[in-house]
Amino acid sequence: MPDLTIAVPRGALLSETLDRLDWLDIDTSEVRSNDRKLLFGDVGVVTMRPSDVPTYVEAGAADVGFTGKDVLTEQSETDVYELLDLGYGPCTMVLATVSGPDPAAEALRRLGVIRVATKYPKTAADYFERTGRQAEIVEVKGSVELAPLTGLVEAIVDLTATGTTLRENGLVVREEIFLSTARLIANPVAYKLKAQAIDALVDRLRDAEAVRIAR
Amino acid sequence: MAILPIPSGTRDILPDEMRELSSIVGALKGVFADAGFGEITTPALEYEEVLSRADIGARPAYRVVDDHGAVLVLRSDMTVPIARVVATRYATSDPPLRFCYVAPVYRAVRPHRGMSREFLQAGIELVGLPSAEGTAEALTVLCRALEATGLREFRIGLGDAALFPRLLDQAGVDGPARGRVMRELATGDFVGMERELSVLRIDDAHASLLLRVARLRGGPEVLEEIGDAIGDAADGLLRLYERLAPEVARRLVIDLGLARDLGYYTGAVFEVYDPGLGTPLGGGGRYDDLLGRFGRSLPAVGFALRIDDLHQALTARNGHA
Repeated sequence: MPDLTIAVPRGALLSETLDRLDWLDIDTSEVRSNDRKLLFGDVGVVTMRPSDVPTYVEAGAADVGFTGKDVLTEQSETDVYELLDLGYGPCTMVLATVSGPDPAAEALRRLGVIRVATKYPKTAADYFERTGRQAEIVEVKGSVELAPLTGLVEAIVDLTATGTTLRENGLVVREEIFLSTARLIANPVAYKLKAQAIDALVDRLRDAEAVRIAR
Repeated sequence: MAILPIPSGTRDILPDEMRELSSIVGALKGVFADAGFGEITTPALEYEEVLSRADIGARPAYRVVDDHGAVLVLRSDMTVPIARVVATRYATSDPPLRFCYVAPVYRAVRPHRGMSREFLQAGIELVGLPSAEGTAEALTVLCRALEATGLREFRIGLGDAALFPRLLDQAGVDGPARGRVMRELATGDFVGMERELSVLRIDDAHASLLLRVARLRGGPEVLEEIGDAIGDAADGLLRLYERLAPEVARRLVIDLGLARDLGYYTGAVFEVYDPGLGTPLGGGGRYDDLLGRFGRSLPAVGFALRIDDLHQALTARNGHA
């Protein structure tokens, strides 16, 4: 049995996360070759959607996990420890609207309130509260870019890596909210009861990252 | 058949489970009584203006207005009501005073998080014994109580709530920045703490000490390793260790970054962990300033265990989960 159960996000962060596990001498070949299987007990790896990682780690179903800061910010009530900024998977949480005259500013001037579509309702609501603007948050599950194009909202809050999808849909970034990168998180009880194993993992990731940057 | 709902975060307990819970409660009560703690009960409903004298801790979440227009709240813990009892009913009694309880408490829940609005707590409050002596007695009773329920592999994380604030004083961190650093500590966000400290431009020695203390955990040897840099706190914890029997000391994990979310702790703080459960199943600590707010200034220490969590940890161990 491995010392630690590790929650690994499928999707954009998967490949670089598996590279980190290779640095830790964890055998990732089966995870890489089988994209339907979810639980890899021999190597202590469970794979899931990035947004589920905090849930599993909080409950102790996994001891540590890899996920994006965007997920942790949206689920800030989740009781997990954030141990390390891993630096990969950089994305920016942005406020975007259609190009041309800013419809969000116009809505705020005329109506006093902006309608905003997002998959990150808590992040968006916090941001508008912090910046002192009234916003009506519309939660959508699919492509957020569609919402301002159809007149559902004036603006969107979404995560963008390269900005390509925004550009192709005629949207421009108006404000940058925060930069998100991959983070290592831990269950608070495992952090105490498996202190040595977790500290060793953190140290090896730190050292390996320093070596990678030095190259 | 109609479904007649009960509020989320509340539940009915049926005979099979109730039998198991009762046996846990019986084991705990036996240990508390043997150690000389007298069981007390206080009303679930109290005047808001009386309980709010505590001004800290879990804020009561449920209020009702009574037939005279007074605002009543459902207690959110037993520590604050017992502080009231000590200051009023025992205003002239010679300390130390020893109380125990098994009682439901009521907390706010956030949606879809599986939290309880109402849950049973069992605990003790030891009033009027100074620092190391009182804390050692409370930890000893805690270990015996957990062992009496049949829990085998539990550990107790032990920290000092006064340590991190004092280190921040020494580093000259105050104002809003101090609040932000304490919040990062309480939520276990070490990435955020590193960022906050780097923005503050305090000298490297202070910054690295704060980060090291926040992450430091292990046996008493970690105190020797860092002792000189944290002074009194290390001495206090070592003095506490000296008072503990080996079977209690071996359960402890020093955790200098431990910060409990209830605001009333002033010294030693502790949390109970079991490998069968992803969250702490209880905790406690010293609250030397709380009783003064109710009119009788005495040092105190106590702990509370969540019976449901204890039950779950025991069930996980027996492979029933």
